[in-house]
Amino acid sequence: MSISRRTLLRNTAALGAFAGAGLPHIWIKNADLAYAAGGEIKVGVLFSLTGTTAIIEESLNKATLLAIEEINAAGGIKGSKIVPIVEDPASDPATFSEKARKLVVGDKCVSVFGSYTSASRKAVLPVFERQNNLYWYPTLYEGRECSKNVIYTGAVPNQQQDEFVPWLVKKFGKKFYLIGSNYIYPKEENNYCKKLLEKLGGEVVAEEYVPLGHSEFSSVINKIRSTQPNVIFSTVVGDSVVALHRQYKAAGLDPEKMPMASLTTSENEVAAMGGEAAAGHFTSAPYFMVHKSPENEKFVEAYKKRWGADKVTHFVSEACYFQTYLFKQAVEKLATSDLTPPNIRDAVKGQSMIAPQGKVQIEPENLHTWLWPKIAQAKSNGQFEILVEAKEWLKPVPYAAYPGQSCTEKGLVEKS
Amino acid sequence: MDQFIEQIVTGLSIGSILLLVALGLSIIYGSMGIINLAHGEFVMLGAYAAWVFHTYLGLGLLASLVPIFLVVAAFGWIIERYVLSLLNNRPLDTILATWGVGIMLQQAVRLSVGSELRYVQLPPALSDSMDVFGISVSSYRVFLFVVSIALFGATWLLMNRTPVGMKLRAIIQDRSVAASFGINAKRVYALTFAYGAGLAGLAGALVSPLKSVSPDMGTGYVVDAFMVVVLGGVQSLAGTVASAFILGELSGGIAFLQNDTVAKAIVLLAIVVLIRFRPEGLFTARVRA
Repeated sequence: MSISRRTLLRNTAALGAFAGAGLPHIWIKNADLAYAAGGEIKVGVLFSLTGTTAIIEESLNKATLLAIEEINAAGGIKGSKIVPIVEDPASDPATFSEKARKLVVGDKCVSVFGSYTSASRKAVLPVFERQNNLYWYPTLYEGRECSKNVIYTGAVPNQQQDEFVPWLVKKFGKKFYLIGSNYIYPKEENNYCKKLLEKLGGEVVAEEYVPLGHSEFSSVINKIRSTQPNVIFSTVVGDSVVALHRQYKAAGLDPEKMPMASLTTSENEVAAMGGEAAAGHFTSAPYFMVHKSPENEKFVEAYKKRWGADKVTHFVSEACYFQTYLFKQAVEKLATSDLTPPNIRDAVKGQSMIAPQGKVQIEPENLHTWLWPKIAQAKSNGQFEILVEAKEWLKPVPYAAYPGQSCTEKGLVEKS
Repeated sequence: MDQFIEQIVTGLSIGSILLLVALGLSIIYGSMGIINLAHGEFVMLGAYAAWVFHTYLGLGLLASLVPIFLVVAAFGWIIERYVLSLLNNRPLDTILATWGVGIMLQQAVRLSVGSELRYVQLPPALSDSMDVFGISVSSYRVFLFVVSIALFGATWLLMNRTPVGMKLRAIIQDRSVAASFGINAKRVYALTFAYGAGLAGLAGALVSPLKSVSPDMGTGYVVDAFMVVVLGGVQSLAGTVASAFILGELSGGIAFLQNDTVAKAIVLLAIVVLIRFRPEGLFTARVRA
């Protein structure tokens, strides 16, 4: 059969007319209905399953899926099931952005849970702001961000340091050695730490950054030996944490005299370095696996049952778990026809629940979370012992290190 | 003065780890001309083998060193026999092939044992520190230094004092002439590659208690290993040793005076400049043409 130009034109026009009549939903812009179509609420789950940070993000993926399965098993949200669409951004910020676009525009997810690193969060931010969608970010991070399209459920610097630094100064002394990985998070945390130390009359003997993934710390340890600080304040991340702790231990340094105080060492890293290398060092975070509460016992038991008895929960996977429940609470408040990302954002403001760490609440002003700071010491059995628990929950202040700025409901405001 | 000695000892320790990782690559690259981009993955396999022996068979690290060498060497032998030997005399193709093998090994490990960091115990007998020239040094680092020198010695003997080494050197000079004297070049190549892979596996197992074990740990090591081999001069075992310790002292020293980020950049820059003026590396093996 030969196709002349005329028949081709006619057939194409006919096909177009059929598509216009027969598949109307392509042409009608009715995104709102699609968000809860057929008793299903689609959400994206965007944690790396391959690449460098898969080491930790895999556990975040697992905690999020566990919460979704629990919610669905208990009847879903007002009869609708949550359908997780899992994508693997492969630890690469550009892939994060691409997959985020696919989830938001292609799959029409009403929210996306994702990211561990700040780099990946910054990469997806434009997608969520342009599409006015909602990103749920579970990781402790450096603050200094005020997006109306992100719900931040991890700690910001004031929530990890306000109790921790004065406690360290009182217990060990005023000389601090700051060491971190070379990127934005450690620099902002150290910036805040220096401000706190200034108020307390403390002294920074060195501030140093190693490349990401660095694993040779013998020169750093020599410097620590020669400067003799009271506290080694560490914001080293990933497998470097493991190398630093193991080489500290092998070099024969003593945690009782010169402990490492970390904002990033969780049960996950401790399992990898071995309890004997972690023992005696301190971490500040809102959650530890040993925390005693009925909610936490339930969480830990369910996590191990679902993913394996050798698995640990930690301060980022806990946030993944409770933020999924906060999502559920927010959606419950809305009529099915009102289910849009901006409405969910408005509904989640001020929402609270009893999380494994204690009662948490989304601050309406800045969409960060009220949390319960804790200070704990690692034990040789691979778990922590909680030494100090905050008597009150702490308000998130993402611009704590920048007194001239604050994050409000209208966005970032410069105070004169 | 103490600080100076401390820093020299630190440099020796960093250098010995570099030597450990680079030795296998030096053999494979220097004698066979294969640019083995899967070298880092052999290191990784060795570290995982140590973890498997420790976790499932209850063997300590020291007891499992010989089996680890044999396991990873067998792996290398299979890859030489069924992938690389089919690409004879096409060095560019071997780059691509070994790179692909590396990616497959990484993903295979990730899919089979998961991507979390794994834990290999430091041998309890070596977990203390000891005095070297009045400086307190981790016993395990001293042990690594001794092992790396011993492995270098064994490799040198193998290359220069055994029939296999002699055959290999004959093949390097002229493969067809060697073959006409009845040397089975295929077999010698496969053994050489297996030996290099086994050394990489040992290196992975030995560094695992000081660092961490993860599926992509090899990426960093393969870069380090190539820097050592290229700086030292291809085909020169002694050059590999010298350049490992030069790089160790250099990066340790700069890291102490400045920091590790700067050290990494300066060392890389220094190598680039040196290669510009001495493309054959610091040391060259003189071969009669």
